[in-house]
Amino acid sequence: MAEPHAVTADPRPGRLAPYVDVLRSRVRAQRSYRTSFAFDLLGSLLVGLTELGEVWVVFHNVPVLGGLDFHGILLVFGLSNLAFSLADMLFGHLDRVPTYVRTGTLEAFYLRPQPVLAQLMVSDLQLRRLSRAAVALAALVAGLTLNDIAWSPLTALLLVLSVLSGTAIFGGLFVSAGALQFRLVNGAEVTNSFTYGGSYASAQPAAIYPTALKVTFGYLVPVVFVAYLPALLLLGQPGPSLLPAWLGWCTPVAALWVWGTALLLWRDGTRHYQSGGG
Amino acid sequence: MRALTGGVAGGPVGELRTLGLLVRAGFRRETTYTAAMFAGLFTNVVFGFIRSAILLAAVAAAGGTLAGYDAGSVGAYVWLSQGLIGAVTLTGTAEIAERVRTGDVAVDFVRPVDVQLAHLATDLGRAAYTTIPRGLPSVAVGALTVGLVMPAQVLPYVLGALSVVLAVTLSFLVRFAVNLVGFWVVETRGITTLFTVAYGFLSGLYVPVHLFPGWLGVVATATPFPSILQSPIDVLSGRVLDGDAVRVLLVQVGWVAAAALLGQVLLRAGRRKLEVQGG
Repeated sequence: MAEPHAVTADPRPGRLAPYVDVLRSRVRAQRSYRTSFAFDLLGSLLVGLTELGEVWVVFHNVPVLGGLDFHGILLVFGLSNLAFSLADMLFGHLDRVPTYVRTGTLEAFYLRPQPVLAQLMVSDLQLRRLSRAAVALAALVAGLTLNDIAWSPLTALLLVLSVLSGTAIFGGLFVSAGALQFRLVNGAEVTNSFTYGGSYASAQPAAIYPTALKVTFGYLVPVVFVAYLPALLLLGQPGPSLLPAWLGWCTPVAALWVWGTALLLWRDGTRHYQSGGG
Repeated sequence: MRALTGGVAGGPVGELRTLGLLVRAGFRRETTYTAAMFAGLFTNVVFGFIRSAILLAAVAAAGGTLAGYDAGSVGAYVWLSQGLIGAVTLTGTAEIAERVRTGDVAVDFVRPVDVQLAHLATDLGRAAYTTIPRGLPSVAVGALTVGLVMPAQVLPYVLGALSVVLAVTLSFLVRFAVNLVGFWVVETRGITTLFTVAYGFLSGLYVPVHLFPGWLGVVATATPFPSILQSPIDVLSGRVLDGDAVRVLLVQVGWVAAAALLGQVLLRAGRRKLEVQGG
């Protein structure tokens, strides 16, 4: 430490370098146990396939549900599951906060100079979620091919915007869930109702919801923006009461709303946290 | 050694007493996690609202009846399954998995009570407690909001209670057997994930098994999973009555026997394997 200048004289690594290093190590770690990783990929693939299977069983019994047929619901399912599995890969492990709190490993994150949230994000990237994202992407491509969609640059923009905002919406929900767990610890399961529950709710034709659910999942925990509203625009449908189709262009607004809340909750959670003095 | 087992268990009566104590212990352990119970209840109810919206819309779209369900009976299906899910827990992992992994199961083997029975007793206690603060309120919320139609006679409830006990037992026995794979495989997460996925889909948790297309229905009934969730709901809600209900219970008994046997076989083989490792 006598000669700090000697250190700084070296080409300094960029601000992102520590994150990239951690991410690289995560990828290496998961690839080194090949059989285990293959099983994980297969498990995640089956999760995606059975979720699609559930939708298919319902539409096998009724041709149209909430104004959408099976081809229409493929768009909703694809957009919803693609956004959720990407968000789950990036943020899903935040639900381990109670474990970190209980075992006292959270201190290590506080001691490093990077923001705790950013460190936690890269700490446990789960590559196995990619196979579930692949199922979702396949469903989305099938939906885009099978439906009669009026293609234009705007349609492409809408798709890109929807996937990015949808991933951000679920990501923000995972951050909110992680933040609340600083206070809940033992009651952590309650946050599943808007992360996993939100994912489930976002993959349905929201026209079937009673008013209370339309308000809850349309505006409070705005997961209807992830897939249903953009799908209405793609299909040229007007949308049900309370959820007009033009809202499909407002997915970034919904993402901002979720992230605003999430960051406030996160600040509250990390400030509330008191180490056990481990 | 014989004197010790005689002293602790004291024959079949003593063993029953030990098992009774384990049931109570499983029950009391859960009572310490009140916050977790309410969190679970809340999440149950949210999922219940989404699921009833989907299935009520499906019944309406089908013109009022769908695979024998109407608005009232599909409500009963949704909320009874939400009520049961805590008791017949879906997660593939069980305490035994951790004990196999760490080798603590060796201690279980020298105890005077059968390993499978002891873990079953604790799990029955857990399930019994789960039903009170999580199961019954879930059904009550469904009854008050969405509405559900339940049978007016007594018999369906008696047979239904039996069916629920069989389902909880079967749920445990199947999870127990799957987790014993840990004797031979170090990383069991892949297997438990496959199991949980099959369990969720084929037990009728998301969509009633009665809505499955023919071939998928055949696949489902070839597994024990419908006996864990769909069967107790069918009996409790009065979808199957009298002789048919008894037949459903007998199928459950058959699966319980098969799963218990599989568990015992795996346990014996695993015990030999464990001794080879010299843990």
